[in-house]
Order: sequence, then C-alpha cells, then structure tokens
Amino acid sequence: MTCRSHDTRRGGDPRPGLRPSRRSVITLAAAAAATAWAGRASAETHRGGVPWSPSADDAPFHGTREAHFLTDAEFAVVDAMCARILPGDENDPGAREAGAAVFIDRQLASPWGRGELWYMQGPFSEGLPTQGYQADFTPAALYRAAIAAVEGHCATAFDGRGFADLAEDEQDQVLTAMDEETLTFDHVPAKSFFDMMRENTIEGFFCDPIYGGNADMVGWRLVGFPGARYDYRPWLDHGGRRLDLPPVGIAGRPAWRRAGTPAPRR
Amino acid sequence: MVTRLPPVDAVMVGFGWTGAIMAQELTDAGLDVLALERGGWRDTPTDFPTTHAQDELRYYWRHEGFQAENRATVTLRNKEGQTARPMRRWGSFLPGTGVGGSGVHWNGITYRFLPSDFRTRSHNEERYGPLPEDMTVQDWPVSYDELEPHYDRFEKLCGVGGVAGNVNGEIRPGGNPFEGPRSDDYPNPPMHMTFAQHRFREAAEGLGLNPFPVPSANMSRAYTNPLGCQLAPCTYCGFCEKYGCGNYSKASAQTTILPVLMRKPNFRLRTEAEVLRVERSRDGGRATGVTFIDALGEEFFQPAEMVFLCAYPLENVRLMLLSGIGEPYDPATGRGQLGRNYCYQVMSGADVFYEDEHVNGFVGAGALGMVVDDYNGDNFDHSGLGFIHGGYISCTTTNARPIESHPTPEGTPKWGAAFKAAVKENFLKKTSVGVHGGSMAWRSNRLDLDPTYKDHLGRPILRMTYDFTPQDLAMSSYVTDKAMRIAEGMGGKTVNRNKRDAPYDSMPYQTTHNTGGTIMGASPGDSVVNRYLQSWDVSNLFLMGAGAFPQNAGYNPTDTVGALTYWSARHIVADYLRNPGPMVQA
Repeated sequence: MTCRSHDTRRGGDPRPGLRPSRRSVITLAAAAAATAWAGRASAETHRGGVPWSPSADDAPFHGTREAHFLTDAEFAVVDAMCARILPGDENDPGAREAGAAVFIDRQLASPWGRGELWYMQGPFSEGLPTQGYQADFTPAALYRAAIAAVEGHCATAFDGRGFADLAEDEQDQVLTAMDEETLTFDHVPAKSFFDMMRENTIEGFFCDPIYGGNADMVGWRLVGFPGARYDYRPWLDHGGRRLDLPPVGIAGRPAWRRAGTPAPRR
Repeated sequence: MVTRLPPVDAVMVGFGWTGAIMAQELTDAGLDVLALERGGWRDTPTDFPTTHAQDELRYYWRHEGFQAENRATVTLRNKEGQTARPMRRWGSFLPGTGVGGSGVHWNGITYRFLPSDFRTRSHNEERYGPLPEDMTVQDWPVSYDELEPHYDRFEKLCGVGGVAGNVNGEIRPGGNPFEGPRSDDYPNPPMHMTFAQHRFREAAEGLGLNPFPVPSANMSRAYTNPLGCQLAPCTYCGFCEKYGCGNYSKASAQTTILPVLMRKPNFRLRTEAEVLRVERSRDGGRATGVTFIDALGEEFFQPAEMVFLCAYPLENVRLMLLSGIGEPYDPATGRGQLGRNYCYQVMSGADVFYEDEHVNGFVGAGALGMVVDDYNGDNFDHSGLGFIHGGYISCTTTNARPIESHPTPEGTPKWGAAFKAAVKENFLKKTSVGVHGGSMAWRSNRLDLDPTYKDHLGRPILRMTYDFTPQDLAMSSYVTDKAMRIAEGMGGKTVNRNKRDAPYDSMPYQTTHNTGGTIMGASPGDSVVNRYLQSWDVSNLFLMGAGAFPQNAGYNPTDTVGALTYWSARHIVADYLRNPGPMVQA
C-alpha cells in the first residue's frame, strides 16, 4: 500500500461546488502528509480491537487542476493522438471529447507518472518480448522524450509540420509506424511509448470522471457500462436483453447536481 | 542497532488467509501470538467501501491493492541462459500486500482438489505407465480423506455456496459427480445464475457433460459463520478479482476472522513490519525468531518459540533463501529442494459473441459461473493422448470493467475507428468459456535469488525461470478443443479460440495462482516441509500456503490453502505443542 501513503489523501473534494482553493489544497496536502506520517508511526501495533475510526475512508487521489506535466505544445500532440486512438464521430464522442489528454496530463504529474509505483532500478536493457516494459524512462519522461522525437520526425517527414497539424491519415501513418515498429527513434523506445499512450487513452476514456477523463461519462455511455453502481440484483434475470441503466460515477452523476452548482471540473 | 523485543510463543510472517487462520487456531489454544505484516491495516469501510470500491483505475490499473513493485518485484526468464529482467509492473499475476494479503482481491472461487490430485505420480503411473523424465510431479504426503474435514471447515468459515455432488459417497444431481466425498453439504446455496450460465449449461448438457455451479465464496445469501462473523448477500457489482469487496459479501480474513481475532488479548498485529530473515540457533537446528524492519527503518529482533512463514508463496521462498535455510534447487543435478517445482496455471478458452442478445457482464460476481469437470484431473481416459491431467471448463460472468475488457472479434484492429466501433458493438455481448488448466511440475521451472536485481532494502529479489512445457501445451490444446465445442453450442454468432502458446509472457494477466518452491513431501530428499508443513531442517519453523503444493491441480488454490492450514494447525495443537520437535521422522 505504499502507493497510497503520500498522495492519495491530497487533492480537493471531488464533490462539485466544494472544491477548495489552491491555497487550501496546499495547506491540506501538508496537513495530510503530516497526518499520514504521524498515523503510520503511531498505528503500528494493533490490539484489543480493530483500528477503525469513523469518517476516515481513504479517498482516491484524482489529481487537481494544478497538477500538470505537459507543456501546451506537448498537450496538443497527446490530445491529437488520443483523437486517433479512439476517434469521435457524428454519433459518438471519442477520447478527445472525453478529455483523455486532461486525464493523461494529471496522471503524468502523479506518483504513477513519476515512476514511483514501478520497479525502476537498473540495470536496464531491452529484454525479451515476454519480459514487459524495460525502458529506462518513467512514464512522464517517456512522454516528454517520445513527443520530442515524434515532433522531430514529423518536421522532417511532413514539411515542418508538427503531429497535431497533420491530416488524420498522416497522423495514422505515424502512429501505425510506431505500433508496427517501422518507425523507431535513437534513444526513445517508440513502441513502448505507443503502447503506453494507447493504454492511457483507453484509461482516460473509461476511467471514473473524477480523474479528469471520461467527461460526462461518454466512454461508459458508448458501451453501456453503468459505472460505479454496487447492486445489480434486480437485473439478475435479464435473460439477454439490453439494460439501459444511466451511468453513475464515484461522485454521483450530473443529474444529481443541484441547480446553480458548477459542473464537475475538467 | 537491533532492538530485542519480548519473546512470543508464535510469530506469523505475513497476515493474509494463512496467518489469520493459524493465529486464530493458536490463540484459541492459549498461545501468545504476534503477526508481522509488511503492509498496512486494511478494512472494508476505510479502504474499499461501496462508495468507491468500484474504481477500476485506482485498484487495478494503479495497483493500489497489490504488492508495491517499487519495493520488490520478481525477475523472469523463460529458460536457463537467458538474462532475467524485472517485472517492472505486475502483469501475469498480482501478489498482495497489507492485512488480508492477496485474499482481499481474489474472486472467491473455492474448489477442492480431486482425490487423485493428491496422488499425481502414483495414480498416473499406475494407469498410464512411466511419466516423462522431466516431469517432476510427485504425490502429496497428505490424502484427500485426511484433508476433507479441513476443507469442510474452511468452506464453512467462508460461507461457500454450491451444490454438492458427492455427500458421503452418495452422488447428488446438479453437483460435480467427479468430486471426492464430502462429509457435509455446502453451507449456502449456489449463486443466482445469469444468461450466459444458462446457455453454457444447456450446451454442456447437450454434449452429455455434467455442469454444476462454481463453488462461491461470494455470498449467495446473508451468512453468519461459525466464528460469528456476519457476511452480507452479494450484490453482483462485478468488482471481485483485483478489488476488495465493499459489501462484506466476499470471504476474506477481514470478513471471516479478524473481527474475532483482533479482539483477543493474546493476539497482536504489527503492520509495516517487513521481516528480513528467520534467525536460528548457532547449530542452525532451531529458529530463534525473526528480524524485521519497521517503516522508520529501525530493526528489531522478535524472539519466538515457533515461526510461521505466511507470506505469498513467492515471498516465502525468498525468505527461506535469504535466511539460508535449506539447499537451493539445482536443475542440472536435481539436488536441493528450495525453489523446486514452481508451478502456475495453464489458462485458455473461447469467446462467444452474440448478435442481439446481451450478456451484461457488469451484472457479475467473481465466482458466478457454471462449470464442467469432465476434462479435469483424471476424470477422462488419457490413453494415447500424450499428456496427463487437464482443467475445468467454466462460464463465469465476473465483470464488464471497461478499461480492462474490450471484447472484439478476431481481426479487429487494436485502435482507431474500427476498434472503437467493435468495442461499442460487442462490449455487452460477449461471454467467455474458460479453461483453467493444471500445471505439472517440470525440471527446468524453478525459483531462486536473482544475481543482479535488489529490493528497496538492497536484498536480492526472486528470479523465476518459467515456461510452458510440452505437457502444458498438449493438455491445453486438447481441453480448449472441448471448450470450443461447448462455446459453439451457446447460440452466439461467432466464437474465438483463445489458445495458450509458449513462451510464457509475464505481462498479460493470467492468474495469481503461483504454487510450489517450498513443497511438502515424504522426506527431506523430496521436499522442504513435511506433511504438517513443518520444515525438515528447522522443526519450529512452519511454511504455510500454496508454496507447499508439489504441483498445481486444475483448480483455484484457495480452498486447498485454507484446508492445509487448518490441517497443520490441528496437528500442531494436538501433537507439536505437547511434544515439540520433528513431527515426522526423516
């Protein structure tokens, strides 16, 4: 559970209208860090009962509006890639409309993006296909380096244009080439980046909206997933018919907002 | 500087299923018990309440429920001669950390092994002749009949729901006709089946097979277990495997034991206490206790009369190697026992895509399924087939978690408009027929310490040398053919075959059923522990868990892990406490 210890208690209240100011976020973060530390030191030995206290549930870290990693130019590239991985069309929004790039930006600024959750000790080498990710890059560093390499490639191959300015079929050519390993870069594993970016786009399309993606639950609506519900017993005998249950997120759903309160932030 | 703590009667290293069961039994016997858990305290209302337990990103994709890779992972190579590389993030399996261990994020599927599974070598050799030289399977030093009362006890602890197929020799309709005799019925009825299970049952019956409900530790109704712990009816929310249950509906240490154990005056739990090694007397014959490090980096020596390794099997093997107890296995010479007979599970199956009908997988539960056992173990004639054993074939509806699950027919691209359209079309219209294959031990598959990579404390991490074997692939191909026949009878528009290929790939999730490495056997020449899970080398050291399995059967391991722990506890309390020392003469 180490991945929880430092950051999951930070961040604002996910409920609309109750988000603290930036100053209070910082204060809360410091207080939470201090509490986590003191709690850890004092809560080591448990006896005579369960160490439970009321109203102390462990809320998720979902990033904050202030949690950014990508520059504006990098963001535009990621957003354009998301839009090709899961394109929007006239009927259904895609990953761009879902805010997948917002999600990715916040994730890259999180402990995950900094590589703090993964085993990142060396030595590093390419490894066998069965050995998984072996690059000497944290996720955030991989995005930064790979985006620069992609932009360098595009500038050469497409008359000085960047990835975000290419036509869709040109963008698809670049992505396909990375996926199929016909486009490689000197110091950055293009295929590892493509796989990570594809996975993150899917996460940003289908995650709970508190993480900044899946805006208005468009990913869930696309496939008919009802979200963070916890009781489906009334539908056990569905008999193979389609169930149209409106999706619910951890923070509720838009229809539950009282008039006059702001929409969940993106 | 190491602080010496006051001695205890027994120390548990790791506090998941086996640590909780053993601590409950030993405290009942009057012992003073301390459990050391490297992770933190976890309970339902704090860590996975229904208000946010259904968070796919957090718990699965960011691995909040699992062992933190940044502290320790495992390296993998498929063969000798390759350089093992660390699993920088978990993929194929997901070891747990924290109170409750991996038992917090299991599905709740609770099978017993077959009577013949305990006699894998002698049963198969009697029926089919000699086994291949490299297949290092062996008989268990305990029989099904000996374990039966302990299976019964664990199933009642967990509130398992199912239909018994054999009660005291009487074959019951609707149950598994191949199972060993049970002394009693399941404590609860089976789960409420949905569309896909009905289709599976009809198709299997049409082929003359014997479908029955998957035995489930998700509650089919409200249940109070023999310790007085209350579990709530499962709400079929589809967040079992990889998640903690927010609804007190899945058996775990938290829901079945801890409410009682935590209140006992002769029990203590120390969290964020990572054991570095087992300490021994000067002559090496006796464990004196364990050394552990706390969250602040301080080291402690905890003296104990008895030491129980109750960590995940992979970590138990590593602790033995780091403690220098026993001889590491050498596949070239066959000498040494520690790290030998590492086994896994050979998974495959078939996907059924429907045209207009909806499986609605989000109405699901980890152990909601129908299954046939006709091609498991030695339930069918293997003459001339070139392999032994087999696996169960089941249709479970466990979830429709959208980051994880993108059912698309064969040939669909992995991204772009066609991918998105295929996911939209098929997301709620696919079910799977899974083959859960047994894993027979093989000379080359093993565990040892990695020569290069270290954990967060600078200690070597475990190295896994593992690949699927000719036996695995032949078995899997045969049983997958049978699964395809069932799948083709389930009324779908298309069926995909999901075959199992070598080499073993550490990244796609397969199953967290890692077994062996500290196996139980008849003598120090064939095992690490005896039939009571007592170390042959150090008689006051006991090793719990699936590391004891000499090879892995075609079932989920938890029921057998629970039964073995009760079996061991029973004999420790009845025999060892009166007369400490080796319980089996070497």
